Amino acid sequence: MSGQNQNKQREEVIDENLRRVYQEAMDEGVPDRFKSLLEQLKQQDSGEGSKK
Amino acid sequence: MSNPDAKGSDPRDELVEHLPAMRAFAISLTRNGAIADDMVQDTLVKAWTNIDKFQVGTNMRAWLFTILRNTYYSSRRKAKREVADVDGVFTESLAEKPAHDGHLQMNDFRVALGKLKVEQREALLLIGASGFSYEEAAEMCGVAVGTIKSRTNRARAQLAELMGLKENEAMEMTDDATMSVLSASKVSSF
Repeated sequence: MSGQNQNKQREEVIDENLRRVYQEAMDEGVPDRFKSLLEQLKQQDSGEGSKK
Repeated sequence: MSNPDAKGSDPRDELVEHLPAMRAFAISLTRNGAIADDMVQDTLVKAWTNIDKFQVGTNMRAWLFTILRNTYYSSRRKAKREVADVDGVFTESLAEKPAHDGHLQMNDFRVALGKLKVEQREALLLIGASGFSYEEAAEMCGVAVGTIKSRTNRARAQLAELMGLKENEAMEMTDDATMSVLSASKVSSF
């Protein structure tokens, strides 16, 4: 009996599920709010820069 | 001449690349899209304004994840009363979510993942899904490498139990090829 092997295989099943859950979230794409937030931050910075 | 502008002279330009991974981690950790997105937003602002603290050449994703999990734990402390019953609520709403792709085991897995202690879930997400090393995860969480290892092991063992992955089932999975097929379909039969 290779208990260690079984553990390894169980681990694989779990990690595979984990990656799928994760990948699903990755595939959702990035909501626009984050891109506009980054834009906003960028503009804020360059605005400050030009005032000086 | 050395032109640092040639590629990514401003590390902040890289932030956007890490957004999907940050969201995936936040969603998996909190199991709540709205909370996750607020966390990611806070993290982005913090990263942007503290970019001088980022050491160029080091792993930006690890740096961002450190901020992200700090954000999570501090907001969790603030909202402690809500957190008290939050697990039940999330589990319930997850269970009601239809399996759009027919992969029921995904929901089972999510529910099981939600039942883990947050430290264990976090460790498993960092190691098993985000691709960090034990060393990186340990540094991020401010604990010993051995602690991350044991959290990850306990998380896996508990998930296996929650999903009914019995040892005799594991026995049937003999090689990698079988494994990849089984992991996609087998679990739903429980």
